[in-house]
Amino acid sequence: MKYSSQKVAYAYFVAALGLFAIQVLGGLLAGWIYVSPNFLSELLPFNIVRMLHTNALVVWLLLGFFGAAYFIIPEESEREIHSVKLAYIQLIILVVGTLGAVVSYLFGIHEGREFLEQPLWVKVGILVAALIFLFNISMTVLKGRKTAITNILVIGLWALSLLWLFAFYNPDNLSLDKMYWWYVIHLWVEGTWELVMASILGFLMLKLTGVDREVIEKWLYIIVATALFSGILGTGHHYYWIGTPGYWQWIGSIFSTLEVIPFFLMMTFSFVMVWKGRKNHPNKAALLWSLGSATVAFFGAGVWGFLHTLHGVNFYSHGTQITAAHGHLAFFGAYVALNLAVFTYAMPMLKARSPYNQVLNMASFWLMTGGMSFMTFVLTFAGTIQTHMQRVVGEDFMSVQDQLTVFYIMRFGAGAAVVLGALLFIYSVLVPRKELFTESTGSTPEAKAVLEGGR
Amino acid sequence: MSEFLTKSRARNIFYGGSLFFIGIFGVLTIDSHLYIVNEATSKMPLTDEVVLGKHIWEKNSCINCHTLHGEGAYFAPEVGNVMTRWGVLDDPDDAAETLGAWMESQPSGIEGRRQMPHFELTDEEVRGLSEFLRWADKTNTQDWPPNDAG
Repeated sequence: MKYSSQKVAYAYFVAALGLFAIQVLGGLLAGWIYVSPNFLSELLPFNIVRMLHTNALVVWLLLGFFGAAYFIIPEESEREIHSVKLAYIQLIILVVGTLGAVVSYLFGIHEGREFLEQPLWVKVGILVAALIFLFNISMTVLKGRKTAITNILVIGLWALSLLWLFAFYNPDNLSLDKMYWWYVIHLWVEGTWELVMASILGFLMLKLTGVDREVIEKWLYIIVATALFSGILGTGHHYYWIGTPGYWQWIGSIFSTLEVIPFFLMMTFSFVMVWKGRKNHPNKAALLWSLGSATVAFFGAGVWGFLHTLHGVNFYSHGTQITAAHGHLAFFGAYVALNLAVFTYAMPMLKARSPYNQVLNMASFWLMTGGMSFMTFVLTFAGTIQTHMQRVVGEDFMSVQDQLTVFYIMRFGAGAAVVLGALLFIYSVLVPRKELFTESTGSTPEAKAVLEGGR
Repeated sequence: MSEFLTKSRARNIFYGGSLFFIGIFGVLTIDSHLYIVNEATSKMPLTDEVVLGKHIWEKNSCINCHTLHGEGAYFAPEVGNVMTRWGVLDDPDDAAETLGAWMESQPSGIEGRRQMPHFELTDEEVRGLSEFLRWADKTNTQDWPPNDAG
């Protein structure tokens, strides 16, 4: 670690991991309710559990992005963070807001738009935190060295923060509500977040493979160009059936098909960089997570997204378990695995250790990725049957659901594997203290490489 | 490719192309906004009752079990066409009565059956909710869903 202010990232990562645990446990509970629907039905109904599951996910991913930015930007800009104090204040606001939201959900206090259920004061808190963050990183970047990695990262973070403003706009007209709601939801995960993902992936490749910066940065601009060229009009694939004009069926089908390209490029980019790179970085687990993220994102977001994005297909599959299958693998591959990659890369430096417990960490990768893939397959089968019986044959929703029980049991098993993997990951990056070393004793080439971020 | 496409050219393509697509998206948004207000949702007026119903829908986080126009959770049935399914789309009184009776009977408590929580709603709120669902049902959704099962 070259700059002491990078240490801020540690607090962000720990907070993110705490919420990660809440998220997967909430998911496991929701999966169990599918199997045994009377469980807790009066005390903690499904809708509350699901809010905890989705909201915890979004907030921990954002905390991870913020932490990653605080870790990456000093190294890229070659200077300390503008204000460490502001960075901690920002984190406190986010943690208080998140805990406040969790408690108020448990008491049934929430707003009612999917994923944007946070009470107004929490929404305002998120906005204030985002503004502090933007000020802090922009000041750092403006005074320091400018690179494509920081440029794309900062553009992505600015754009996602500005789009958050649409969370405050809730028109009385349901169709308008839905149209602008996607400005936050779609333009985050299929637009601005891809910029953040690409830049973090670029940074990891730069450090882990040692490939020339010029090469990496050119790739990055091509990747993010294809992401926005396809993703902005790709919003149209959400505008098929909500009261928006019919022309979106063509625009949405064409441009969201092209949304596969940036994910294909990110996967290709990662593997080409590893093949080209001659550096043998000791942090193998970080490399596994980076390559895994790019690969699973291609399948989850790219392939499973394309599976139901053409309007002729979506007419039948919209809002079935097919959507759930895609949502789970896409989020896991693109954003969960990427965050875990950057945690795995940074933690040894933040804690001044050699890249410890690679085996446990790598085992957690296979547990989580295996579990998530299995979950995606069984939900895809469930969704295919549901689509046919409910949408083609016209059988009643609940009687179709009753026939899908076997898939929900398998999904619960897959979810249990993911939870085990997640807890193992948290343990492996936080707890074991073997191979602890300090600046003075850490004189081996490996220790040097870790402390200096592989340079 | 490497000689023609330099890093700064790639960057400029990214900036210019993104602005171009943001511009198109902005124009189409305006057109869609007008289409929603003037055509897709014009079959039934957006009354105070409908607005109250939307508020009730949000306050009770219905979207985290049900889908509405296919969006939401996939735990409970689609409600964008529930008024058609119940055959009460054009009868506001019957619609409110049917919805009120349904909600009053929840949770069913049947073992092995998904449970809908009990929501304490006034008659006025039930009426609002049923008007909101009738309003949503009358929206032009390009003939989605494919059948009454939703």
